[in-house]
Order: sequence, then C-alpha cells, then structure tokens
Amino acid sequence: MGFERFGSKSFTSQAKVAEFVDYLDKGEVAYTKCRTCSQAYFPPRADCANCLGNDMEWVAIKGNGTIVTFTHTMYAPTGFEAEAPYTIVVAEFGDIKVLGRMNKSVPVESLSVGMAVKVEVVKLPDGQVTYEFLPA
Amino acid sequence: MPKDVAVIGVGQSAFVRGYQGSIRELAFEAFREAMQDAAISVKDVGASVVCSAPEYDKQRTPSGLIAEYLGLNPQPTFIVENVCSSSTSGIRVAYGLIKSGLHDVVVVLGFQKMSEISSADSQERMGRGADIMFESPFGTLMPAYYAMHARGHFAKYGTTEEDLALIRVKAASYGVLNEKAVYRKAVTLEQAMEAGPVCSPLKVFDCCANADGASCVIMASADKAKEICKEPVYILGLGAATAPMNVTGRTTFAGLDCAKLAADEAYEMAGVGPQDIDVAEVHDCFTIAEMMAYEMLGFAEPGKGPELIRNRETYKDGKIPVNVDGGLLSKGHPIGATGGSQVRTIVLQLRNKAGAIQVPGAEIGLVHNIGGVGIYGNVIIFGR
Repeated sequence: MGFERFGSKSFTSQAKVAEFVDYLDKGEVAYTKCRTCSQAYFPPRADCANCLGNDMEWVAIKGNGTIVTFTHTMYAPTGFEAEAPYTIVVAEFGDIKVLGRMNKSVPVESLSVGMAVKVEVVKLPDGQVTYEFLPA
Repeated sequence: MPKDVAVIGVGQSAFVRGYQGSIRELAFEAFREAMQDAAISVKDVGASVVCSAPEYDKQRTPSGLIAEYLGLNPQPTFIVENVCSSSTSGIRVAYGLIKSGLHDVVVVLGFQKMSEISSADSQERMGRGADIMFESPFGTLMPAYYAMHARGHFAKYGTTEEDLALIRVKAASYGVLNEKAVYRKAVTLEQAMEAGPVCSPLKVFDCCANADGASCVIMASADKAKEICKEPVYILGLGAATAPMNVTGRTTFAGLDCAKLAADEAYEMAGVGPQDIDVAEVHDCFTIAEMMAYEMLGFAEPGKGPELIRNRETYKDGKIPVNVDGGLLSKGHPIGATGGSQVRTIVLQLRNKAGAIQVPGAEIGLVHNIGGVGIYGNVIIFGR
C-alpha cells in the first residue's frame, strides 16, 4: 500500500517501490540504483533488468535537468478533465529521464528543448503527492 | 528472397463512425469479402487469428465468438493483441503457423468497434495506454506522446507545423477516393494550419479519426497458394521490434527505434532496400508518425523527411508513394483492424487492382504498423 497517493489520480496501490511516495513526503523525487551493477532507474524499479539483482538503493534527484521534449495538451483523459490544459514535459537529469508536468504558471511559449529545469515536490490538498518542473 | 507464405485473400469493412451492428457482424463483413476474394471455403481454413484491443470489447475472449460466427469451428483460434499493431502481429503469428507446417491456410481477422463503449469509458482507457504507475498519473494521452515526438523532430531537424499539415493534405486528397474511408473530404493547407490545437504542436487535422471497422487477410503456404490462387502476393520479409513503453526509456523523440529495427530486419529478410519499395502503407495515426516513418524506413535520411513531402515525393506519382488510400488519417483507425487494412491496400496494389489509386507497375510493397507510441513496431514487405 502507499502508491495510491502518487499523483492527482493513481492507478496502482501496491508496489515494492512505494517508498517513492515516502521520499516525495520528505520533499525528494528519488530513483533507484542497483548496488550490484550501478544501473540507475527512473521510474524507480525494485528489480535490476541488467544483472537480475534486487539490491537497490534510493537516490534523490539533485540539481538541474534539461527539457528533452514537451507538449501543451488541451484535452485530458477521464479523471483529469478539470486539470486541462496542462503541459507535459520529459526532462533529463544525468543518467535518467523524468516525465511530469510543468508548473501551471509557466507559459508554454517560454519553454524550449534544452532549457534548464528543476523538479519540485507538490503536496495536493487531498493528501496526494506528486512533483512538477519549474524553470531553473 | 523467401516466398514461403502468401496472401491469397483480402477484405475490409467500411470504416465508419458508430457501426450499426455487433462485433461479430462487423467481423463477418471483412471475412466475407476476403473469403470471396480467395475463393475458398471454411473447410480449407486450418486456423484463425483474431486481432483486437480487448479494452474496447464488452465481449470477453472475443476470438471464440468470432471464430464461431465465421464458421471456423472446430479449427483452433487465437487472439493476438498489440494495440494498434494487433493485426500485423497476427500476420506474424500466422506466418509462423504456416511456415512451421502446422497449418496450410490461416485467417487473420482484425476488428474494433470503438463505439462499443461510451466516449467517457474510451477516454478513461486512453489514459491507461501508458505506464499506469509513472505516466498515467500525469494525465498523459496518445496525442500528447506523438506531440512530444513532433516537438523532438522539430527541435532536432527544424521540421515545421506546415510540413506536418502537408502530410494531412496528401492523405485527405486520397481519402476522397476511398469508399471505405470514414473521412472523405479534402483538407486544404489553410484548414490544416488553422485547425484548433489538440496537443501542441499537433492540431485537429494532425490526428486520425476513431472508427469502427474490420479487416481480413487470408494467408497460405506457397504450395497451397500455387494450387488454389491465381494471384498470390508473397510475404518477402517481416520484422518486428519493441521499445520501452515508458517513454523515459527511449533513446530519442525524433524517431521510433522499434520501427527502424523492424524495417532493417524486414529488408534483410526480403533482400531488398528502401529504394526497391514501389508503394508503402505507413502508420499515420498522427501526421508526425508518417514523417518519422519516412526516416525510420529509409525513404529519407534522418531529418530529411520534410523534404519528401514538400517535394510531393510521397504522392502517387512521386518517388515513393505513401498511404495513397488515405492512410489512417482519412480512413480512420479501428485499432485491431488497421494493420490488415494496410495489407489489403498493398495486396490490391501488387495485383494491379487498386483502381484510382493504383501505382503503375507496383511490384514490391511495404506495410509499417505501430502499436502504441512506438511500443510495438511491425514492418512487412510484400511482392508478387
């Protein structure tokens, strides 16, 4: 249990990587890294596809990333309609890429591929927790 | 160049909005046409492969129901699902069944009645066509993923919204001619450019329409085909590949790796190259998808796809005609039926029976069918 608190609407409750939500509660967006072969994973994984091990450590994302791509969507799937329009971004932080939304106050016209961003935890009023990007 | 497996019959229902019949009746429309085309009876069929994305079906395990309605009991049947590429994955399965010697004749039936469920239910499912743990909670949707690839292509190569609009203008010009297409109107460049935004930079005319429809491809061993079919069209090569579903695992947003890998494999097996393809059907669920296909299939160097469409090289009389049946953009995109519809177009082209859209003298054709936003890639090369 625990993963159901991720995002404004989660589709999963049980996951071995539910600790991801505990890190969000602490204000950190974290990924996993295999202690055996050093492979880094975002989204975080409980199992290493590289060496088949499962001895993972959690590492918080630090510093700035860069925008790899983005889109501003006018439409939303069921359950997210009230949130549209919003901007979805993929950003690169060293070895890993992270998908999330841009902070709503940032106009899409100000974004470009390669632009520096940071990632911050967002605590939603209903107790859910997520993260978003902001210009660095 | 292997010529072990042939297509001996093709059929397709009209692709429509809100089909006024059940899924079994929809499937039968395509089946009847393909069986009449192949001029065989159900006794000749060894097995069926039914292709559908079951999230749109109320019927559980639809292969059983469809096989019954087609009169294909007691032969074995299998359901194959790879979302939008289900029916070309079904063809890959059928190829294996025939090449292995297990069956001589296999029916591949693709269908989707997208209107079987409500629009709200459909929208709900659409949000789950991604990694439900780490992508769906952000409200992601199919057009957003292709839009992010468009942005990636624009940023890397300087491609423009107008380049994408030109692809829609081409598709619509052929959709007008296709009696089985759901969208049969022409689209001008101005209309495409002025259409409302969906997911930037994609606008309304950059997106294909949902539709209900069915397709049927009947395949046979070469020996059987020679015995019963006057105009067999052979599968010369086929390739298939996958890429991470969660797009954070992808290497690029300016192309689809699974399509490139599938194409390379298909070309190698067929012993041909992109320059040998006379006519192609590519998976243009969005205009950017066709643009990337030009490059993944080697019709243009990476980044040179826009030049192909600007120079009209992918029109019927161009260097490499692409989607001269209107493509998914105009035909519509009934998920499980789409790949089989693409195959039908190529088979008709290679038989020189494609009517107004016939590419003169077409001898080698290619189908590129993608599942999800580059999760599954299938490329099949056909020849006479």
